[in-house]
Amino acid sequence: MTHPATAHHHAPPRGLLRTHVFSLDHKVIGKQYLDLALVAVCTGMLLSWLMRLHLAWPETPIPGLGKLAPTGAAGGVITPEYYLSLMTMHGTIMVFFVLTTAPFAGFGNYFLPIQVGAEDMAFPRINMMSFWVTLVAFLVLISAFFVGDGPPLSGWTAYAPLSAVGKDAGPGQGVGQTLWAVSITLFCVAQLLGALNFITTTLDLRTKGMSLARMPFSTWAWFITSVIGLIAFAVLMPACILLILDRVAGTSFFIPAGLVISDRLQPHAGGSPLLWQHLFWFFGHPEVYIAILPGFGIISHILPVFARKPLLGPRVMIACLVAIAFLSYTVWGHHMFLSGMNPFSATLFSVPTLVITIPATIVTLLWIGTIYGARLRFATPALFCLGFVSVFVSGGISGFFLAQPSIDTYLHGTYFVVGHFHFVMGVAAMFGIFAATYFWAPKMFGRLMNETLGKWHFWLTFIGVYCVFMPMHYLGLAGNVRRYSAFTDDYLKPLIPLHRFITIAALFTGAAQLIFLYNLVRTRLRGPKASDNPWEATTLEWSTTSPPPFDNFGGRPPTVYHGPNEYGTKGAAGDYVMQASPAPVGAA
Amino acid sequence: MGKLFAVVVTVITVVSTALFLMHTWWLPVDISAHGPAIDRQLSETMLSSGVLFVLSQLALAVFAWRYGDRHDGRPVKAFPGGATPMVVFAAVLVGAEILALTLVGAKVWAGIFQAPPDPNSLQIDVQAEQFAFYFRYPGPDGRFGATHPELINEANENYFGLDPARDTTARDDIVVPTLTIPVNRPIALTLRAKDVNHAFYVPELRIQQDFVPGLAIPLHFTATQTGKHEIVCTQLCGLGHYNMRAYIEVVSEAQFAQWLKDKAAQQ
Repeated sequence: MTHPATAHHHAPPRGLLRTHVFSLDHKVIGKQYLDLALVAVCTGMLLSWLMRLHLAWPETPIPGLGKLAPTGAAGGVITPEYYLSLMTMHGTIMVFFVLTTAPFAGFGNYFLPIQVGAEDMAFPRINMMSFWVTLVAFLVLISAFFVGDGPPLSGWTAYAPLSAVGKDAGPGQGVGQTLWAVSITLFCVAQLLGALNFITTTLDLRTKGMSLARMPFSTWAWFITSVIGLIAFAVLMPACILLILDRVAGTSFFIPAGLVISDRLQPHAGGSPLLWQHLFWFFGHPEVYIAILPGFGIISHILPVFARKPLLGPRVMIACLVAIAFLSYTVWGHHMFLSGMNPFSATLFSVPTLVITIPATIVTLLWIGTIYGARLRFATPALFCLGFVSVFVSGGISGFFLAQPSIDTYLHGTYFVVGHFHFVMGVAAMFGIFAATYFWAPKMFGRLMNETLGKWHFWLTFIGVYCVFMPMHYLGLAGNVRRYSAFTDDYLKPLIPLHRFITIAALFTGAAQLIFLYNLVRTRLRGPKASDNPWEATTLEWSTTSPPPFDNFGGRPPTVYHGPNEYGTKGAAGDYVMQASPAPVGAA
Repeated sequence: MGKLFAVVVTVITVVSTALFLMHTWWLPVDISAHGPAIDRQLSETMLSSGVLFVLSQLALAVFAWRYGDRHDGRPVKAFPGGATPMVVFAAVLVGAEILALTLVGAKVWAGIFQAPPDPNSLQIDVQAEQFAFYFRYPGPDGRFGATHPELINEANENYFGLDPARDTTARDDIVVPTLTIPVNRPIALTLRAKDVNHAFYVPELRIQQDFVPGLAIPLHFTATQTGKHEIVCTQLCGLGHYNMRAYIEVVSEAQFAQWLKDKAAQQ
């Protein structure tokens, strides 16, 4: 795909502002997304610490918090409404600005163009705009901490009418909730632009020889995720706009007649609270896959490198990703089994929810089968890949329970659900992000991350997350309701010791992330220089320098001769053949 | 490192599974007629998915142990039969599992939520509001009075917005903050919300259902044991959500008749 210089080529920019701030370079934009996600994840984790401390010891003041939040935590003791605000912000920040931003927008931006052999994204200016709109969305959300009543308390799902009727519904439901809805609308705009860019780049900018079948698994996953995002965010955006209209323009999309809130008959009629739930979950369930599919791609990309053998069933893997993407649009009603929608539809939504476990099981078996007969090299990225498989299995299994309406009748709204989704889309996706960071840091920063620190980080995190999230399943089975700021019910009081265990585990696991933070910052500043291909991998990002030049390949777009999966074979360089190597693939 | 990984994964699997099997934390005693079917469904799912959980984790552990840090110089080898056995295994085994769970589960679900309530059920209206539940019995005339949202007045304890001045059917309605029901008699609740979403959850009854503003949602069950339990809200409803609760008292038929008579006399 060589174009005349006028067609797509752009010269390296000059000046700090153009190279590091308002850059059109997909690599800089990718790193900006990752930095944003890093700030977001630290914020989100801090909020979860506060929540966990409060749940375990509700009366004990948290030092310093009284000064930071004089209304929400006077004297350092968190009020019930401030607890819900922290929870809402934790969920929103983590789902949107970490789990969507890092694995998809961040790593996707940096590596998708390089992996298909392109100089940049198809629309660099739109790409830059996507990032800056995301940043504005984040700032708008965070600003809710600094307005009168504080952040909203209606959860990341913002169920109407609690979210729609304004400040009558409680503290934070005034300006804070409006800021939330504006922030998410902006986020949708950014994601839609990003998804278009990813799709166009994948389809149009592949270099010579890079057929669809030769695309790396990570590229496939980002591509499929973009397609999911394009449909999902296109539904959430109008839903949020309607919510804003209900709040500020007096419309009644989500508010029925005859509601009495704070002793006031609400001036609304004709809306449906279930409409919000349908629109939200039509986005919300595919969103789970937007968070985790890039992780699937990353693990499928990285695991063979350290197993030194090809991924088992590459075509089956891609077929499963496509099947999951398709099915993800047919299951949203399983969030609404008990919502009052027609109980017949619960059975209907239950079936595809259970069916989706088939491709998910196949994918997991393919990873496990890839390890069979391997020559596993236990570098940190490999450990996080194996950890990913383990936590994904643990989180996926509990889906069997929740997919069945009859069991959901008992478990819905309990900590069982919290344990389930934290494992399967939180922790698993984070393990994907960690694997990706350790794996690609040498390419992005030109330096290797410290392996000893990386391994400590893995072990403490791996054991830690099991101590935090496995007990939540037990709590759920005992009927422990979620979203409670304190456990005052007689039947919940005996469960408080288990909550204290979880809190202590969460504090330790969170503290272990400081090792990662230190390692990451240190690597970016100094540390041993990385060679071009330190892991002996096959894909195009390893054919260029570390870090790659401005146009990725120094003005010479590579030609691709092989698929990404040529490991365990006899190549000129060793037991692998690079995609850009013209040498034939020999027998192992 | 592979051996360490294998050991850690095995320990995690064994400990997690043991705590499930030992019922260290488990469901409270069931007091409903439909509960045994749900508990059975849960146990079957626990068994089948538990086997999958243990097998996958152990396979991961065994392979990490066996194929990690190899210095034997032997080349890698492919999984016997390639990806096909995986696809067949997942499609057949998981497929059969799903089919079984769906068929059994749909029957359980239908029995609770799709079957009409017994025509002789005791009808009770439930109103949820920030942050309390109120229960309304039709009184001696057997008819509920009409509700008017504009008449709802907390100070006058008119939680349902009744109009006893003009509406004779409303005059004998019994409104109480505790749900008192007779044992072994079908109960048909109608759930309405005054303000935002709430939920009705009694773990011992194995029942959970949202209240949605604007909708009247039917819910029916039969309690099979006497006793007093907590009704808690499980749908985020605002700052007092954690504290939103009422009690359900299951009493004998005779006690219930007496209770109803006493309440009617107080109206």
